[in-house]
Amino acid sequence: MSTYREITANGLWKQNSILAQVLGMCPTLAVTTNFTNAFSLGLATAFVMALSNGAVSLLRAFIPYEIRIPVFILIIAALVTIVDMAMNAWTHDLYLILGIFIPLIVTNCIVLARVEAFAAKNPALKSTWDGFIMGFGLALVLGVLGLSRELIGQGTLFSGIEVVIPGLHGFQVLPEDYNFLIGILPPGAFILLGFMIAVRNWLDARATAAKQAAARQQQLQTA
Amino acid sequence: MSQEQENISTTAPSQATLTAKDIPPPGGTSILRISTRTAIILLWYCIAFTALMAATYFATKPAIEASAAAEKLQMINAVLSKDQYDNELLKDTITLPATAALGLEENTTLYRARKGGEAAAVILEAIAPDGYSGKIRLILAVKANGELAAVRVTEHKETPGLGDYIDPKKDRNKSRPWITQFNDVGFEQIPQAEFKVKKDGGRIDQMSGATISPRAVTNAVRRALEWTLSRREALFALPSGQTLEEK
Repeated sequence: MSTYREITANGLWKQNSILAQVLGMCPTLAVTTNFTNAFSLGLATAFVMALSNGAVSLLRAFIPYEIRIPVFILIIAALVTIVDMAMNAWTHDLYLILGIFIPLIVTNCIVLARVEAFAAKNPALKSTWDGFIMGFGLALVLGVLGLSRELIGQGTLFSGIEVVIPGLHGFQVLPEDYNFLIGILPPGAFILLGFMIAVRNWLDARATAAKQAAARQQQLQTA
Repeated sequence: MSQEQENISTTAPSQATLTAKDIPPPGGTSILRISTRTAIILLWYCIAFTALMAATYFATKPAIEASAAAEKLQMINAVLSKDQYDNELLKDTITLPATAALGLEENTTLYRARKGGEAAAVILEAIAPDGYSGKIRLILAVKANGELAAVRVTEHKETPGLGDYIDPKKDRNKSRPWITQFNDVGFEQIPQAEFKVKKDGGRIDQMSGATISPRAVTNAVRRALEWTLSRREALFALPSGQTLEEK
């Protein structure tokens, strides 16, 4: 049984759905042209994952083992449809931007992966937290990717944020006529994501090396 | 490491995992019975979640319809300012059939603006089929005096940063975006023969380096204006809700 601390560490770093598991590349490349779109879709995914993990965990005693996958898919698809309709009705401006990506949450295998790997065998609260924090880890990576892509591609930060939070405004950091196409186009996302995964692996490798060195030191001292 | 393995593996049995053995099927264990029972459970899940979706659909329907209408009105107000009409133009419409002159391949709706009962303008869609990367969808308002009120691009796939200045939101010239050249002009101000981009010998400006997108838009606007002017009376006279019949 994993503790809340372990669940959080897994979702944000150790098993981060993009950086470690490299799942859900379709939304990762499509929506990360700026921070607002990327982080919003990340949060929508986190919301759906929390809901689906919670629902599956509550129903897990009533789901026959043989048909669990179709039932999981049914639950996820229904929840995504409901979120889709609710967003269309009540946050319409955001829906206009994210609308075509919301149905893609269904195809993001991280949702089914967490339901199968965690929610099907853990209590409801823990499962909901796991779904949310896994989705939040995804949202953070999407956010960083979106932020760097809009800075490199069009020289702005947080552009379009007024759609989500009225009253706030994005910044034009670089000159108005600055433009660097690859930042906006999908290859830019691939290249940046490659760098981010590399940095994560490097940090992990450094931490492991430090741990091993410490262990060796201890062995030497005891010997 | 063991933590990661536990999370990734999906087959590792643990105490909380459900198996077929946990729930003994009532009334025997023949394959047929088990299958029927499983199918019925799956059916119940389908019914329950379909009902949930249906409930959400009915709860959100009014709000979704309202925002769709608001969105349409917003697009119309971009080409025809609110003070130029006083009728409910979303309800004063006629259907246009697929029209080659407008580049339309399917039925579209034409909105009619009136002020004090007098014909004020028509708002219609047109498609420029020859954009740099595919079709460019336009919305135009043609005033009763034969001038365009304004033109906007509603959908396009032109290259970001090059040809996409046809969309005023992407145009770097914020004070006077390219597309506003069509504001309040008709064939009286710019004769039909000169209603082209400058590169083609006309009078519509274009930015150097990206001529194809503005050329496609300009030609589509000219064709749409010609089409509208030649049947102006018919467009206003037809009762609302009818389809325009071309002889």
